[in-house]
Amino acid sequence: MTAVVLVCAVLLAAAAILAVVRAERGPSMLDRTVALDVLTTTLVAFVGLEAAWSRRTDTIPVLVALSLVGFVGSVTIARFASREPPGEGRVRTREEIARDEAAREEAVRAAGGLDGTGPADGVDGGRG
Amino acid sequence: MSLHARRRRAAVQWPTLGWLTVVWVLLWGEVSVGNVLAGLLVALAVSVATPLPPIAAGGRVRPVACARLVGRFAVDVVVASFQVGVQAFRPRPPQSAVIGVRLRSSSDLYLTLTAELCSLVPGSVVVEAHRLTGTLYLHVLDVDGPEGIEAARRRVLEQEERVLRAFASDAQLAAAGLGAPRPSAPVTPEVHA
Amino acid sequence: MGVVSWSAVADVLAALCLLGGALLAFAAGVGVVRFPDLLARMHSATKPQVLGLVLVLIGLALRLRSGPALWMLVLVAVFQMLTSPVAAHMVGRAGYRTGKVRQELLVVDELTADQDAARRAAGLDADGDPHGAHRS
Repeated sequence: MTAVVLVCAVLLAAAAILAVVRAERGPSMLDRTVALDVLTTTLVAFVGLEAAWSRRTDTIPVLVALSLVGFVGSVTIARFASREPPGEGRVRTREEIARDEAAREEAVRAAGGLDGTGPADGVDGGRG
Repeated sequence: MSLHARRRRAAVQWPTLGWLTVVWVLLWGEVSVGNVLAGLLVALAVSVATPLPPIAAGGRVRPVACARLVGRFAVDVVVASFQVGVQAFRPRPPQSAVIGVRLRSSSDLYLTLTAELCSLVPGSVVVEAHRLTGTLYLHVLDVDGPEGIEAARRRVLEQEERVLRAFASDAQLAAAGLGAPRPSAPVTPEVHA
Repeated sequence: MGVVSWSAVADVLAALCLLGGALLAFAAGVGVVRFPDLLARMHSATKPQVLGLVLVLIGLALRLRSGPALWMLVLVAVFQMLTSPVAAHMVGRAGYRTGKVRQELLVVDELTADQDAARRAAGLDADGDPHGAHRS
């Protein structure tokens, strides 16, 4: 039994890591939601596995609660995200942030030079 | 939204009450008088505090067809789960499709049940449901060309037929064009009213 | 003797169920990372998970074998089956409406076609849709 439980635990841990990878990478909010759904279910499976290993019943209410409310987050995010324009919700890469910062500084400098009439609006509108 | 018959009556819905009581008793884990009574009270409080529009079912439950629905569903879930699982490891990305399936019955209840069951069986998920025309739009994972699309469509319609045969009344079955009883079912001529 | 062998059988079955559940969860994780678009990922995420969870629960029930906790496990399975299609449908619909389906990966897309037809019938042009379900 112990060997089986160990193999299962490794598989579940791998699944959880993969879900986290997708949550980090996921291009949109909804992808992250799906990934977190997988993470939640993996967590439920983990709790169940541990309960099966040690034959305990006191963690089963955790399973009940998680299975009941696990979908609330997905539904909520889906409600909000249904108006999300494509490209939003994407975490910018380090280079993009650096580029935006440089552009903003450039804009500020240009605005100073042009006496306050600079094109500040057009530059940092990327994260509007 | 205007289609909803909102709070037509504050009538007690006995099936809801029973289901909530059963959930309560299962949560406590033992059938005792106190548990059942407390469950009834909680169920009553819940259904009074958050009333739902009544479900216009008007059908009847056929045990054999019900068992067929559940059994076929279990087989479908197991087979399709492993298919999707294997699909995750294939090098080729899946060829998906979004198909629209016009269901034969016009009842919300059967539309919902069919959509729920189709969503639970892996490989298909309902992305949009059009109530007025009774159309389900499903995203199907990995179809193989036109015949795969037709097969997916047929699966949805078969699912609906099983749902209808399990829960719909004879009149609803006939309205959906499924009036002919199965050969195994005893034919009872309705002479008297 | 009989009791011992029965419990051994139950343990073996429980181990098999747990393994199956863990494998399905792992496959779901792989699918979530590897599938190319949102809806395909959702297939992998929500559905093998249900069976995987049910298998883990059966394994747990076979290990526990008695007690009121078994009924709670039944409830867990029922709740999961009731709620996961809701989440899948909401996420799928939101994803479709915001154009997160990669059209080039679809073999057919009857929903966009039907929406276009309905829009034409209503006298709107294709740009009348505020959140275009199809990207050009």
